[in-house]
Amino acid sequence: MSPALVEEPLERRAIISGIGQSDVGRRLGRLDLDLTVEAGLRAIADAGLARDDIDGLSTYPGMGAGTGGFAGPTSPEVQDAMGLSLNWHDGGGEGAGQMRAVISASLAVAAGLARHVLVYRTVTEGTAQGTGGRQGIGGGGGGGGGGVPRFGSFMQWPLPYGAVSAANWLAMVAQRRMHEFGLTREQLGAIPINNRANAALNPKAIYRDPMTMDDYLAARMITTPLCLFDCDAPCDGATAVIVSHRDVAGDLDHPAVHINAVGTALRGRPSWDQFDDITTMAARDAGASMWERTELTPADVDTAQLYDGFSILAITWIEALGFCGRGESGPFVEGGAAIARDGVLPLNTAGGQLSGGRLHGFGLIHEACVQLRGEGDARQVVRPGGRPVEVAAVANGGGPIAGTMLLTRGVR
Amino acid sequence: MVANGPMLRLLPRLSDDVAFYWTSGADGVLRLLRCHACGFFIHPPGPVCPRCLSRDLGPEEVSGRGHVETFTVNYQQWIPGSDPYIIAWVSIDEQPDVRLTTNLVDVEPDDVHCGLPVRVVFERNEDVWIPLFTPITEGAS
Repeated sequence: MSPALVEEPLERRAIISGIGQSDVGRRLGRLDLDLTVEAGLRAIADAGLARDDIDGLSTYPGMGAGTGGFAGPTSPEVQDAMGLSLNWHDGGGEGAGQMRAVISASLAVAAGLARHVLVYRTVTEGTAQGTGGRQGIGGGGGGGGGGVPRFGSFMQWPLPYGAVSAANWLAMVAQRRMHEFGLTREQLGAIPINNRANAALNPKAIYRDPMTMDDYLAARMITTPLCLFDCDAPCDGATAVIVSHRDVAGDLDHPAVHINAVGTALRGRPSWDQFDDITTMAARDAGASMWERTELTPADVDTAQLYDGFSILAITWIEALGFCGRGESGPFVEGGAAIARDGVLPLNTAGGQLSGGRLHGFGLIHEACVQLRGEGDARQVVRPGGRPVEVAAVANGGGPIAGTMLLTRGVR
Repeated sequence: MVANGPMLRLLPRLSDDVAFYWTSGADGVLRLLRCHACGFFIHPPGPVCPRCLSRDLGPEEVSGRGHVETFTVNYQQWIPGSDPYIIAWVSIDEQPDVRLTTNLVDVEPDDVHCGLPVRVVFERNEDVWIPLFTPITEGAS
């Protein structure tokens, strides 16, 4: 912990007391609110709580954000649907990645604004995509429709150039890493291949068939050097967690997942093309700020659930969280041994978003809890000497959007 | 052969803060917003200099020369009917921490690399002059 940090970080007063996930599929054809309620009720039951115990509600990204199927239901819709009476509520898309909803819930609990917060993230991007191509952020692709509007705000800068997707922007991050650090396609491919191997052991994963390096290298190119398998799989699903005060940890029928530290910094410019270091972007800042809030170190981490909306993001996060040195993540992941379930850094053990489905950050949070609770069944990580998973690092976001959490089994 | 951009260019709104930028190419010159107090180029344009907080700002000509920081060749049909095209982040020589998202034109992907020197060219679309970049050929002034 940083010498400047004389008081215990407030987020440590919070635990994740329950987790729940709806059905997850490529195209479920169900309403986002229906999936959210399913996940929420499962999380409440998992925490040993009743509906009336929930007095806080939080979500990402809140009202009206993004293209079809991206945002999920708003917090007022969920509050009303579930008949919740709330002391605190929050929904929004600006902050430390998708997990900003969990981080703000932990601080609300620490401040006494709420005691049990239902936090959710729901996507129905698979159903929204239908039979069309994948949507870009600016509305390109996906079938489009009706007129050609003009654009303002930040999307006016990439859209005239057909740089309509984060795939394009992150492809340029990958290309820069190839230039500066000698990153190779085979090293990039180690991420999707690892995640696919883990997805085979996750019954809810979207893609479970084995993937070889030949499969990876033969996949169609999306935007060089990123191919189809470097991009995550749009899907439908809702994930919920209950954030509670730590004083209820002893009441649970499973190990409590404690929030040890969060990383929220954004010290560079909040921009994809203007961020000072193209090779790291905001992951650098979020990662650094998390380690400033804890006595734990990267060597203590038993599993990492790192955002892989694109493979290059996991590559970036491995470095940003200090699991290897700057520029070394390519060699670190090459061949896959280090990131396998029995490696030094078991990575994305439920398949990540590349194979598990684009549950947008929350699938990774869910899996960190599963591993810390020892409930991973066939994919459960066991550390050398039979030691259980005790510390998990979770990262959400890409480009100028980044948030991290360090979660522990019990108090560390 | 790659194209010089997508089949359709989605265009910016010419709002008061950015109209100077998107129409600057009408006379073949690239302009960026600059702080008259400290000389900092501000991109995207804003109401205040983020370095010195002066509000004495105005568009100023730049050389239009820069370097490719990184690039990608897009194949995905985000905009149906598009042939592959090159997207790049180009740093401006006057202030390399200003980067423009752009297309590289009249060049093949095999001839593009990080660090490639480039110069601006403009493509008019309706009332917008889109800044694009092309390699500086040897001997060109």
